[in-house]
Amino acid sequence: MDVFNFDKKGYYGQYGGAFIPEVLKTTIDELTAWFEKAKADPSFWVAYVDLLHEYCGRPTPVTHLQNLSHKIGGAQIYVKREDLNHTGAHKANNVMGQGLLVKRMGKTRVIAETGAGQHGVATATMAARFGFDCTIYMGDVDVHRQRPNVFWMEQLGATVVPVKTGQQTLKDAISDALRDWAHSMDTTHYVMGTVCGPHPFPEMVSYFQSIIGLEALPTIKRMAGKLPDRVYACVGGGSNAMGVFQGFLDYDSVELIGVEAGGSGMGIGQHAARLAKGTTASAGVAQGYKTAFLQDDEGQMLETKSVAAGLDYIGVSPILAHLAEIGRVRFEAATDTEVVEALKMVMQYEGIIPALESAHAFVQGLKEAADMKKDEVILINQSGRGDKDIFTVAEAIGDPAWDQFLREKAGVKDA
Amino acid sequence: MLEKFVRERVNTKGIAVMGHIVCGYPSFEANMEILEEMDKAGVDLVEMQFPFSEPIADGPLFLTANQASLDKGTKIADCFNIMKEASKRFSFKTLMMGYYNTVFKAGEVNFCERLKASGACGLIVPDLPLEEDAGLVQAAEVNNLSLIRLVAPTNTGERIQQILEHASGFVYAVARKGVTGSKTKFAEGMEEYFQTIKKYASVPVAVGFGISQRADLDYLKEQGRADIAVMGTAILKTYLESGREGLASFFKNIMG
Repeated sequence: MDVFNFDKKGYYGQYGGAFIPEVLKTTIDELTAWFEKAKADPSFWVAYVDLLHEYCGRPTPVTHLQNLSHKIGGAQIYVKREDLNHTGAHKANNVMGQGLLVKRMGKTRVIAETGAGQHGVATATMAARFGFDCTIYMGDVDVHRQRPNVFWMEQLGATVVPVKTGQQTLKDAISDALRDWAHSMDTTHYVMGTVCGPHPFPEMVSYFQSIIGLEALPTIKRMAGKLPDRVYACVGGGSNAMGVFQGFLDYDSVELIGVEAGGSGMGIGQHAARLAKGTTASAGVAQGYKTAFLQDDEGQMLETKSVAAGLDYIGVSPILAHLAEIGRVRFEAATDTEVVEALKMVMQYEGIIPALESAHAFVQGLKEAADMKKDEVILINQSGRGDKDIFTVAEAIGDPAWDQFLREKAGVKDA
Repeated sequence: MLEKFVRERVNTKGIAVMGHIVCGYPSFEANMEILEEMDKAGVDLVEMQFPFSEPIADGPLFLTANQASLDKGTKIADCFNIMKEASKRFSFKTLMMGYYNTVFKAGEVNFCERLKASGACGLIVPDLPLEEDAGLVQAAEVNNLSLIRLVAPTNTGERIQQILEHASGFVYAVARKGVTGSKTKFAEGMEEYFQTIKKYASVPVAVGFGISQRADLDYLKEQGRADIAVMGTAILKTYLESGREGLASFFKNIMG
């Protein structure tokens, strides 16, 4: 199925569109034109893949989790290793692609929002490589949660602006990036980090992330001898999920499962599940697009909560909202507690450290594998690595020795 | 109806003035004080902004105002209430200003009916482009409301023409890049922008760019650059800094 074969441009069923202030209209139109031109030019995709091979270490492998598959005793578990991509997550794919587009457009500055900091670090890395000026908007709460990523962004030459409005998290960072863009668009490109926002961003970011699925499809077929029965991906905005799912959308036998942040439960403000069963999310329009938002009955956005900053977001890709509505993608939610358990298990049995975001996909995959047959195959997209988020992971796991270490370090500094 | 009202005001005064409040900020009592001062000063139109949690077209001052109002528990019903009272008590006309999700969640028809019942004569929705507004246009027309279209200096001439073909009541020409509250000096390009708008506009033209002194107003009046001068940030800033008396003398200096 081609979800980008639009009946109405930029719409996926009832979701999508471009709800933007008129001041951004020309820029968005120009970006759309540049993107369509690049897409129609086969040399652009070749240059993109070359860059990812040479600079990011792609293609990333698929790993068969033999130990866990054996222990669980159900389906064979395979993992697509986006954690091995440069900067430690799938985020770099999209960013490098947009970097090539920025060069074509002749702009000299890039801005981006970031939640956990992964997309910010990836954008700062790209800007350093391409020689662009770079400003990253990051919620003040996230700046404090993710200090190491702020450090790296700054070392890479980016200016990090802490956003002190609203909830001071990802959604506020997106709004501030849009505000910057509204007066800087002559020289500046907004590197949207996920498959959300106004058209053409959902399509464009999906296009770049499709490399995950393009690589995964032949690899898993070769390794497992068949198509996977189910493919799992965590869903914040939904870019890694759109990336891997696009490889399998045409195969009806492959069930696609998106796993959202169940936080500490499905109560109001306790989670960030927009499409999973039990959510109160409903259709709305904010941040430039129409999708399922966690909002109250007057359309004000609600608080969201998750152990994984990268999933802690009010909205979700309009493409995924549509695929959920037509029943092509099933949505589930994993709680913070389940996430930490799954993370420990994958580390201890396989020596792989998923990011807290990715661990959501593992929760559901491992749970369902147990009820599946031994000749069945599941593929989990590991969107990022967890070792670089040591502060957050250690806090989620609650390791007393690490806590002590932090205290000592702080003491030394104070003295 | 709205267009006729504006034309009459322009004929008698040279230029009409549109003020702005964020409903519930700093409080509904303060809103009433500001509205009273606007009425005394002879303001012709008032945008009453319904607060929204994600106001992407607003700068820092209004962003804070939106959030603070919501934090205090402002509901849509409260905004309709103050609009109803203001429409009844004062001689200026009221318009709803807000983001599309507020309208969308309430339902376009229901929202317009409530606006009409509250005495509004139009609405301004900065994140709703022409391509998305067919439903709201219809709901507005049925209720004798004008959906005010916005144009921006970054628009192409073709786009400005396209928007103006659909204009109703008046057209709101944003005369700056960026968000509300950013001060722009009029560059050479601005004259061309005003001329393009004038060329295609069959309705009055409102211009907002951070007006804060009489010279700004005179500039807009000259050569009929604008029919309506929009004041937003300066009003709120003045009130917050120097209260009701300060606002009174601010209006006296600019409009007296």
